[in-house]
Amino acid sequence: MTLAEVRTEAVNAFTGLTAVYRRELQTYFTTPMAYVFMAVFLIAVGVFTWEAGDFFGSGRADLGPFFLWHPWLYMIFMPALAMRLWSDERASGTAELLLSLPIGLLGLATGKLLAAWTVAAAALALTLPMWFTVNYLGDADNIAIALTYGMSLLMAGSYLSLGLALSALSRNQVTAFVLSVFVAFLFTAAGWPIVLSGVADLVGARAADSLARLSFLSHFEAAQRGVLEGRSVLFYLSFIVLWTGLSVLWAGRSRD
Amino acid sequence: MLELKGLVRRFGAVTAVDHISLSLKQGEVLGFLGPNAAGKSTTLRMIAGVLTPSEGDAFIAGHSILHDRHAAQANLGYLPEGAPLYDEMTPPEFLRFIGRARGMERGARESAIERVTADARIGAVSGKRIGDLSKGYRRRVGLAGAILTDPPVLLLDEPTDGLDPNQKRAVRALIKRMAPEKAILITTHTLEEVPAMCTRVVIADRGRILADDTPEGLAASVSEGGLERVFMDLTQSTEVTLA
Repeated sequence: MTLAEVRTEAVNAFTGLTAVYRRELQTYFTTPMAYVFMAVFLIAVGVFTWEAGDFFGSGRADLGPFFLWHPWLYMIFMPALAMRLWSDERASGTAELLLSLPIGLLGLATGKLLAAWTVAAAALALTLPMWFTVNYLGDADNIAIALTYGMSLLMAGSYLSLGLALSALSRNQVTAFVLSVFVAFLFTAAGWPIVLSGVADLVGARAADSLARLSFLSHFEAAQRGVLEGRSVLFYLSFIVLWTGLSVLWAGRSRD
Repeated sequence: MLELKGLVRRFGAVTAVDHISLSLKQGEVLGFLGPNAAGKSTTLRMIAGVLTPSEGDAFIAGHSILHDRHAAQANLGYLPEGAPLYDEMTPPEFLRFIGRARGMERGARESAIERVTADARIGAVSGKRIGDLSKGYRRRVGLAGAILTDPPVLLLDEPTDGLDPNQKRAVRALIKRMAPEKAILITTHTLEEVPAMCTRVVIADRGRILADDTPEGLAASVSEGGLERVFMDLTQSTEVTLA
């Protein structure tokens, strides 16, 4: 294959990305889906931050009690946002229409992921008043908070890519959601201290350490302290690439 | 314009399409007939690039659907069975999506939308959600999407299904008007509309082509009963076997 052919292939793979992104975004916002998602997400974030996280009782001007719950909330909320992405196309028959268009599956998958990610980013943006609040209450470390917000958004993209891929496995949205929450739970709970100590007792500390490296929780921990770890950024980016690739593979199976 | 070379599609042990070969020239409107499960829709899906053939290949305007899928699909307009559409969109929004996905520039896209809205007679429902449209209007929106880029090859899977007599007549007239510039392959269960729409007929059953002629040629091959008699004679063995 010549360089020009490789370039054409690469361009072909991403054709349709913007069309699909705009269509998906329109679907989220012309139906109650995005608004319900954002409202319920904000209520859940509020309840966990103020009640379970004791935000005001902590006496500190930081967003620790707020970010603490992000992996657990994303584990439920991101699959809810992603569950329809492929399964709905299959159930309504529009997958046939999409596959007949001269657009690449990679462009399709990326467009879908970016649209869901945009909704997640909008929901996260609506929590910014909390950032303003801690600045009002005390001397907040704004660089650390900005960094944690960035990592949180990256983590949301990882959960979404997982949900996107698993929605390609079923034409039923509920099945796709349950499956995604289950797999997301595995990648979250793998970094839970209770799980890690159990694994360390059973098969050794090395295995527990390896398991922790696969967990969203472990990779988000450093960010919560305001530390930017390159390996965590790399983990989330690789995770997104891997699961988006799997979604292309699984969505393309309907051609076989 | 369209060439099928030994197309085969197997689903496990079942062979849905069994070595179908045919070619279609510009100006030809081919009626692809057959009983249920004859392999018509499966054949169309393979040509459209929705299903990968188990064997064989399809060439659209000279481009292989296996090896040059994007170029082949760019030369094709496809109305799938049941005309699946996005319910939350209005017809112009849907057409805009198709235009963007097919890489049309804004100006060309908007004038094409105007053209196909008039051709498919969907102007009256432009402001409505597709999910609120009748079956007939949905099918016409799907048809408008298929002809948006004015492709040289059209695949229409039961384009008149669910339309009232006036709408059927309008769609038939549209197909006739487009025919000289294109190669059109249509599946239908309504045999009466074949002579009015098609210049050529292929009858298939169990994935194989049983007859390929003009509607007049096929009708003349029997003493009475016309095309319907030919269809029944060729395909009733399936019904007998299934019974």
